[in-house]
Amino acid sequence: MADFHNSKFLVGIYDDDDVVLKAVKEVKDAGVRIHEVYTPFPIHGLDVALGHPRTRIGIAAFLFGLTGFLCMVALTLYTMKFDWPMIIGGKDPYSLPAYIPVMFEFTVLFTALGMVGTFLVSNGLGPTVKPLMFDLRSTDNKFVMAVDLSKNNLSESQITSVLRASGAAEVNVKQF
Amino acid sequence: MHVTSPVRTPLVTGGKTYADVTEDICRQVEGKPTRAWMIAFAISFITLIYGTACLFWTWWEGLGVWGLNKTVGWAWDITNFVWWVGIGHAGTLISAILLLFRMKYRTSINRAAEAMTIFAVICAASFILMHMGRPWMAYWALPLPNTFGSLWVNFNSPLVWDVFAISTYFTVSLVFWYIGLVPDLATIRDRATSKVSRYIYGVFSLGWNGGAKTWARYEYISLILAGISTPLVLSVHTIVSFDFATSVIPGWHTTIFPPYFVAGAIFSGFAMVQNLMLVTRVVFKLEDYITFEHIESMNKIITLTGSIVGVAYITEFFIAWYSGVEYERYAFLNRMFGPYAWAYWAMMTCNVISPQLFWIRSVRRSIVWTFVLSVIVNIGMWFERFVIIVTSLHRDYLPSSWAMFSPTIFDISDYIFSFGLFFTLFLLFAKYLPVINMFEVKAVIKSSSEKLPASVSGVAKGERITNPTYNKNVE
Repeated sequence: MADFHNSKFLVGIYDDDDVVLKAVKEVKDAGVRIHEVYTPFPIHGLDVALGHPRTRIGIAAFLFGLTGFLCMVALTLYTMKFDWPMIIGGKDPYSLPAYIPVMFEFTVLFTALGMVGTFLVSNGLGPTVKPLMFDLRSTDNKFVMAVDLSKNNLSESQITSVLRASGAAEVNVKQF
Repeated sequence: MHVTSPVRTPLVTGGKTYADVTEDICRQVEGKPTRAWMIAFAISFITLIYGTACLFWTWWEGLGVWGLNKTVGWAWDITNFVWWVGIGHAGTLISAILLLFRMKYRTSINRAAEAMTIFAVICAASFILMHMGRPWMAYWALPLPNTFGSLWVNFNSPLVWDVFAISTYFTVSLVFWYIGLVPDLATIRDRATSKVSRYIYGVFSLGWNGGAKTWARYEYISLILAGISTPLVLSVHTIVSFDFATSVIPGWHTTIFPPYFVAGAIFSGFAMVQNLMLVTRVVFKLEDYITFEHIESMNKIITLTGSIVGVAYITEFFIAWYSGVEYERYAFLNRMFGPYAWAYWAMMTCNVISPQLFWIRSVRRSIVWTFVLSVIVNIGMWFERFVIIVTSLHRDYLPSSWAMFSPTIFDISDYIFSFGLFFTLFLLFAKYLPVINMFEVKAVIKSSSEKLPASVSGVAKGERITNPTYNKNVE
């Protein structure tokens, strides 16, 4: 997590998801750089409005899946063909169709675990992580927009009025 | 954004605001256990202790305490295993397939259904361990190097596929369920008043703070998890059915098994979800979240899958005749008219005939009917597995070895064990975790509320002043 020591934030609190989505555009148009918006549930289009890049976690998921698939191909090849071939009914010991179920299962297993692991790492989530909460109500019913004052040229009062004008019910100051 | 058809019935009734959702769902988690919960938990836990003692004796003495014989080598153990795995299909189906189909009614039931899935798979796995007789050798089912034995596992065997399928299904379902819980655990963490619960829910909520970037990635991985869980959930019962279908036993050796097993699994799984949710909604006062619409939608799926199962039974019978194989024909005639005919007709009545009552709208929307029919469905699905396993085995190719199976007290007690385990786990879940996915309900509430308030966020209700209990500044 980034170091926010001595950073001073203005925290705009919104009551409604539609209002906050509209507010993001208005606040950005007013020339304010938004740190992040915290919401109790996902709002579609919010990440786009904030200008976050599209996630590439799908690529990671695919690579994990491919790894799982190849691991099982290697395991079945090694055990059934090279290390201890079992000839059953005079057939080739490596009977590919019979291994499709295990290959599929390993693909799914690796995709799921790898992707979720990547997600946790890339978002800095973990059991010992102390959450960076601008307002505790953002996990309940409020939509919280945080603005880092040190990264903005506008003054505190100017940003406050921009946030107010965009529909914020409260504007608080938050220092970590 | 929130575009919805005006004719669509609301998913959540009672004009709930976002804060109401949090309050209603967290109340159970934060409050003291109710008397009803305590009694239910005591009964489940005593059942579990009794079952564990019997299970211990089963392992101590060996599987001879079961009613198995030389001819019927699989009976209640595998019946119970398949039954529990089948029940364990509803959760992932609801959360994955209904997510892909954008069925929003899933949001109120997916959490509990997924929990049920996980507990059902644990019960199923316990029967796998039981029927090994020597559970401490269970790791022999894993592909371990030769020093552990003389051979690798045989990857041609459906029993090995099953090991991979069940363990993958369990792991992925657990991950899916847990990832879904994280934002709600953060909500409970931020409301917590005691240090202990703030710490515990803090650890499990992984430092979640609901940033827009995190949510975007979260939604993305949920979609991919749903995408990979959908074939997974279909593969699990397919592979379970391969345990039978790849054998050469008449009555087992059929290509219809995979779709037929999957439909049956969804059928019994939804029935169990109905049973659990009908009780939960009353005890936890969640009638506004689990409405008659939810009950009716699930009943429709029960009717659909029940009818698929019915068609499969008839097809199976037709193919047995059409195949011209006398052993195959005999296996099916024996099911219908042999000494276990009562089990066959119980299965037919419970699974094929009784769910057809759901064509009547008032039955579909009746709590009593839904509960009773769901119990009947699960009885029927247990008999289905019993019929497939025991009646196919008990009269094999050699008439001199024909035999009957009758359960002993340990067959029954080990089955009771799984109920004790299942309900103990489910009650713990219902008390300490949010039974309804709060953030998903909040996300659909606006598009589906009974009477759209000016703002569901509470402004319309005059709640502009923030709730003082958690309007404290963060340290």
